[in-house]
Amino acid sequence: MTLRQSILDPQGKAVEHGVHSLGYGMVSNVRIGKYIELDVDVSTRQEAETITREVSQKLLANPVMEDFSFTIEEKS
Amino acid sequence: MALKFGIVVFPGSNCDHDSHYVAQSVLGQEARLIWHKESSLGDVDCVILPGGFSYGDYLRCGALARFSPIMKDVVRFANNGGTVFGICNGFQILVEAGLLPGVLLRNQSLKFVCKYVHLKVENASTVFTSQCKRGDVLEIPIAHGDGNYFADNETLKRLEDRNQIVFRYCDPLGRISDDANPNGSLGNIAGIVNEAGNVLGMMPHPERASDPALRHTDGRKLFDSVVESLVHQSQLA
Repeated sequence: MTLRQSILDPQGKAVEHGVHSLGYGMVSNVRIGKYIELDVDVSTRQEAETITREVSQKLLANPVMEDFSFTIEEKS
Repeated sequence: MALKFGIVVFPGSNCDHDSHYVAQSVLGQEARLIWHKESSLGDVDCVILPGGFSYGDYLRCGALARFSPIMKDVVRFANNGGTVFGICNGFQILVEAGLLPGVLLRNQSLKFVCKYVHLKVENASTVFTSQCKRGDVLEIPIAHGDGNYFADNETLKRLEDRNQIVFRYCDPLGRISDDANPNGSLGNIAGIVNEAGNVLGMMPHPERASDPALRHTDGRKLFDSVVESLVHQSQLA
């Protein structure tokens, strides 16, 4: 999850200044977000995607201020 | 007849007793603390969602408090026109619960800000501001790290068109400027009501400016407004 592009991310801006101070002037658009891992006990990838999307929309992210994306990995 | 205030106590609330004290000892009304695990508010006239750090601000401020059992009844109470007063963390909970629009972002300075600020009363015809006049300047403290109000353009326009913006941060003379904005809030917004006008959320702490012993009493005007408005309503009913 990261703040939506339309919202100023002051943490990201501060870190970007730091990166530039290190001499990496080519780096820009630093956005700071949150990372969440969770297990979903279902049998298909599609179900796991549906559930992850629902949980993200309803609770993990606040769509007024955050965008989210996710990847699904199968557990053996 | 005394008005009945119900103050919801979440794990991490820390302004619950201040609100209780103001309602009972300063205003002389009835007040009761309501543990968040209860399923019913019981017989109350005004619900206060107090300041604090419910659930340690985990995930996002207010995001987890909305799942407390009592919140179902708070939503029912609000939807039936009941008076709900959300202060600081209470405001954050109200937006997460969908009872008020928008969201409260991290302060633009990234710092926790604890100081007295000035608020301009933009709407004096609400239950919460009936004892004020439009344009009045109130001095009330803030104490928050996430009070930067944000809403998309469409929501902001709706708030303005329907006169739902109740307080804006201003200077001592009532001028609204960036210098008087303590947290980066859109349009200096410090407090809003829902469309029906019965649910208020505000970041400043009126309960910390109500007892004359603390020298600032502008916050009391909001509680007096609630008492006057609700007693008046019950006399008409």
